[in-house]
Amino acid sequence: MSSHKHTPISARHTEKPSFNAEQMAEVQRVIAQYPEGKSKSALIRILHMAEEAFGGWLSIETMDYVAEILKIQPIEVYEVATFYTMFNIEPVGKYVFEVCHTGPCMLVGSDNIITYIENKLGIKVGETTKDGLFTLKTAECLGACGYAPMLQCGKIFHEHLTPEKVDQIIEAYRSGNTNF
Amino acid sequence: MGRRILLEHDNVSGIETYEVYRKQGGYRSVEKAIKKMSPEQVVEEVQKSGLRGRGGAGFPTGMKWSFIAKPEGVPRYLLCNADESEPGTFKDRYLMEKIPHLLIEGMIVSSYALGCNQSYIYIRGEYMWILDILEKAIAEAYANGWLGKNILGSGFNLDLSVAPGGGAYICGEETALIESLEGKRGNPRIKPPFPAVKGLWGCPTVVNNVESIAAVVPIVNDGGEEYAKIGLGKSTGTKLISASGNLVRPGVYEIEMGITVEEFIYGDEWCRGIANGKKLKACVPGGSSVPILPHYLVCKTATGEDRLMTYESLADGGFASGSMLGSGGFIVFDEDQCVVRNTWNFARFYAHESCGQCSPCREGTGWMEKVLNRLEHGQGNMRDIDLLAEINKKIEGNTICPLGDAAAWPVAAAIRHFREEFEWHVNDRETSQKRNYGLVKEPSPIK
Repeated sequence: MSSHKHTPISARHTEKPSFNAEQMAEVQRVIAQYPEGKSKSALIRILHMAEEAFGGWLSIETMDYVAEILKIQPIEVYEVATFYTMFNIEPVGKYVFEVCHTGPCMLVGSDNIITYIENKLGIKVGETTKDGLFTLKTAECLGACGYAPMLQCGKIFHEHLTPEKVDQIIEAYRSGNTNF
Repeated sequence: MGRRILLEHDNVSGIETYEVYRKQGGYRSVEKAIKKMSPEQVVEEVQKSGLRGRGGAGFPTGMKWSFIAKPEGVPRYLLCNADESEPGTFKDRYLMEKIPHLLIEGMIVSSYALGCNQSYIYIRGEYMWILDILEKAIAEAYANGWLGKNILGSGFNLDLSVAPGGGAYICGEETALIESLEGKRGNPRIKPPFPAVKGLWGCPTVVNNVESIAAVVPIVNDGGEEYAKIGLGKSTGTKLISASGNLVRPGVYEIEMGITVEEFIYGDEWCRGIANGKKLKACVPGGSSVPILPHYLVCKTATGEDRLMTYESLADGGFASGSMLGSGGFIVFDEDQCVVRNTWNFARFYAHESCGQCSPCREGTGWMEKVLNRLEHGQGNMRDIDLLAEINKKIEGNTICPLGDAAAWPVAAAIRHFREEFEWHVNDRETSQKRNYGLVKEPSPIK
């Protein structure tokens, strides 16, 4: 609860992260969208990119690295990374399922979908499967109310969920066939 | 038939690409504004149109624009609020996904009107795939000379980019959005100074919702007066409604303001009634923050008039018997839904989304969530119902931003109209855990 208020950070990577040339070019393109001296504005976008590049979550090392790129203090990155709920500051599974459980989704059965996924994967909300493939989370309204119930995985919204559809989605991710 | 202005071409194949959009008459408003109109004339047309902010507050857009400060040598910024996070609202997503160039066209004309040379679209981080769609469309607009230096040879320069959030409802509040765009936590600022004077990086800034900016396109094309002819009274134009919940056909609809709520819920052209042949129990007509209406106040006002889809009619009766159009997040509940459970659900949302800056909201939303959780799970007392009302009063009006009010209103309205259902959860705890209450009784008029 009250996720925007206080979240301790402690998880670390063993190696220092580093963007490759292509990723770095993208970082510079984003920074160039802001006037000189305002590059801190690129922080949230770069954190999204860092999360994608370095295992789906933000370690202290990753956040320090982003601070270095933007020439800001590490605390300025920590306070942002812990405020926004999309950022994972603990290791997560390869695929993170975020099932919306807010009103409009609840009205059409999101609670059942959550229970179904819990049973199917053998984990509870907040946990990761032993094979490191799936993490299950709940999320507040994701803007798919008319196509509910739904879950988000990465950039993809899976909508109009039914148990059968959930089976298919899990199977697709398991077999690495993620062209939805 | 419904009149479609914004979504007129949403079914045209390839409308997301520049070529098709242009062929359908896209970017005409930029040509008209830049070649034939002064920035002041564009502002004037928007004022004449009567357009009201489509994000939820309903503040006149033209008036908001007229407040922007114009100190010499200081840049001004236009920010598009695409942080759409109000539960029940998904219209901006639809518009951006289907017709990204409409938003870009609106951004160019609006930036011209306000004298901005750098504008940003701030989009919620969860819509990352739409950010890709927008960036692709922006690149097309640059390539065809609608963005960049010296647009249409006029000497007007404009750069446009998209910035994602990171998952925070509060960033839909305009000063929190600005903080977030500066790369900080989304804590709302104390007003005044208002963004029109001191906004992004301390410069004059206007923040407008996606749908408001898109509406500027038809306003410039056809003139403000023509736009004002659509709709009813002070609710001019069309409105995108996000319909969700227990409906036969939920989805995004563009309506001409003034159709009846009954028509919208039951009409063939719109939602086609309650799903599975059930009865209507309640409706939240404008996103989770607005008061819930019991079945007998949805299609009719307390005085027996037809309830219309307008700012005024949905608010008819004030908070005693009315609600608000808000963001147009139209959530419908069938007879099998539990209002206590839903109120708890929304309270959990606000407790989760409070930024934590103001104590009344930070502590109050958490309390409300706990008390409602207790009531929903058959562990509440009668005292709890009054306690909720007490907490409510202590949050409302005592916070920097409206999130506190947004958290308090739905709880107050649920207790006002569904008190018997809350009391049943206390008096008949066991049954309340096994089945739902059904419809509440319509109170007999006291006269």
